[in-house]
Amino acid sequence: MSRLRNPWGKPRFLVLVTVVYIFWSLIPVAIAVLFAFNNGRSRTTWQGFSTRWFTGASGSVLHDPALQGALRHTLFLGVVCVLVATPLGVALALGLQRWRGPGGGTINTVMLLPLVTPEIVMGVALLLLFLQVLPGIGLGSTAQAIGQVTFTLSYVVVIVRGRLVSIGKDYEEAAADLGAPPHDQLFRVLLPLLAPAIIASAAVVFAISLDDFVVTQYLSGDASTTTVSMLLYASARAAPTPALNALATIALLITLATLALAYVVYRRFAGNDDATAMVGVEV
Amino acid sequence: MGSRWTWRLLALPGVIWLTVFFLLAFYAVIAVAFGNQNTLSEPVPFWNPLDWNVGYMFDTLQNIWQGDQFLTVFVRTFVFVTLALVLALGIGYPVAYFAARHAGRWRGLVLLLLILPFWINYLMRMLAWINLLSPDGMGTRFFSSIGIERLFLSLNLLSERGGWLEGQPFTVIMALTYGYLPFLILPLYAALDRIDQRQIEAARDLGASPAGAFRRVTLPLSRPGILAGLVLIALPMFGDYYTPDLVSSSTKTTMIGNQIDQLTRQGSEKVVGASLTLILAVVLLGLMFYYLRATRSADDRAEA
Repeated sequence: MSRLRNPWGKPRFLVLVTVVYIFWSLIPVAIAVLFAFNNGRSRTTWQGFSTRWFTGASGSVLHDPALQGALRHTLFLGVVCVLVATPLGVALALGLQRWRGPGGGTINTVMLLPLVTPEIVMGVALLLLFLQVLPGIGLGSTAQAIGQVTFTLSYVVVIVRGRLVSIGKDYEEAAADLGAPPHDQLFRVLLPLLAPAIIASAAVVFAISLDDFVVTQYLSGDASTTTVSMLLYASARAAPTPALNALATIALLITLATLALAYVVYRRFAGNDDATAMVGVEV
Repeated sequence: MGSRWTWRLLALPGVIWLTVFFLLAFYAVIAVAFGNQNTLSEPVPFWNPLDWNVGYMFDTLQNIWQGDQFLTVFVRTFVFVTLALVLALGIGYPVAYFAARHAGRWRGLVLLLLILPFWINYLMRMLAWINLLSPDGMGTRFFSSIGIERLFLSLNLLSERGGWLEGQPFTVIMALTYGYLPFLILPLYAALDRIDQRQIEAARDLGASPAGAFRRVTLPLSRPGILAGLVLIALPMFGDYYTPDLVSSSTKTTMIGNQIDQLTRQGSEKVVGASLTLILAVVLLGLMFYYLRATRSADDRAEA
């Protein structure tokens, strides 16, 4: 180890930067979560522990129509997005992986573009699409779900295709040699092998949908299509009560629980190495 | 298995989806930007390229060219993003370096803590700072008690006591850095983790000092990861409107994203908004393709 000393002197400097960074990145959020449990209206002065902003009789997430509605709508969009984006993405990943002939490269590039397009560009594009081209759909829940599917689709394809590459073609060819018809190869061989990747991508899609802000806001219609992120944006500066922190805390717990569950499932079925890749999913 | 058409049939729904909701949507931006507007300032898109009207696009470009409002905002956006990128790299590189090289048995925990902010709602992370930096917030009181507030007032980085959230460029730049840093650390970590230790040993065996080995081996080998990571966070920063809205809400910190947001979603002049969106997209297109190519060639190398 001594021969590979790091160039910035003793690692003590690196330890310090890392520890300070981790505290800086997480402590503010931890404080915001703590104040969700404040027994008072302040978000800055601690007045004792209470769950009144979660379940209290008035102004809590459970009983305030605006807060409860935002949480409901966020979860609704998440479920719809998973149900549409996952099968669509799995099929696209399979089709693209085995695509022969011209066109495959172009489709592949177009499929990856939503991952790098700034969200505001996609927001404006979809807004104009629904106002000018598809006024029949218009703005609201349907448009929001379509918008979220459009950019979560790429994540599904990337995750599933990674797994397809690591599976290889052997199993499929073995099944074919043993006389399995094509649709058995797909449903009885490939899809079961892909199951961990499908579960992982469904979890990632759900988490991204829950946290999405820009596209969801651009495509929202009336107040009934407000999501948690939109409510945070709209009322963060307007001197609200800790109920806003409580709402954000609930959404955070749902996201983390979903990912943790998917991680455990994935690890059980696909081995440890691939699972680490899943939680840090990126392009 | 099956004929090639089986696979194409499987890809078909996804291809149609992307064609309508991505390509056609983007074409709508072009058709509106090169279209006209009626007396109510509503867009009248021109779908046929032969009809395209360059008038509004020309006005917008002229506004930028002559140094009017749009130019000020473009330049400010560029300055904010550049400063935030420099800060993010300055903090992110040592952290990623530590995680990849020196974390030892703490590596799993360190990685978990580095990934965690990635999955915390961006708006919630901003809400957390708004709580802290409000006039009676814990952060504001803390900065005041240890003299940081006075220092910032004397450096003119803060215009009034307790006014951290009142149109301070410094706050916006720090918020952007805070918001996007987690997305930079992961690609940096991946790039540093991929470097073969033996190459550094070889440099040391050949007489390089630790600093020399870092400068001539580690740094050049991690450069693709640095560039890809910076591009990855620069793209959303250029389109950001919510961060300045939340931590400043003042015209002194308006970024290009705020301008687009006001013109399109809030609805005053969608045609001009579409022109600005198109200009922004064209400016960023190079970065987008750079990132896609960089990650693809990295994947190819990993597979080879």
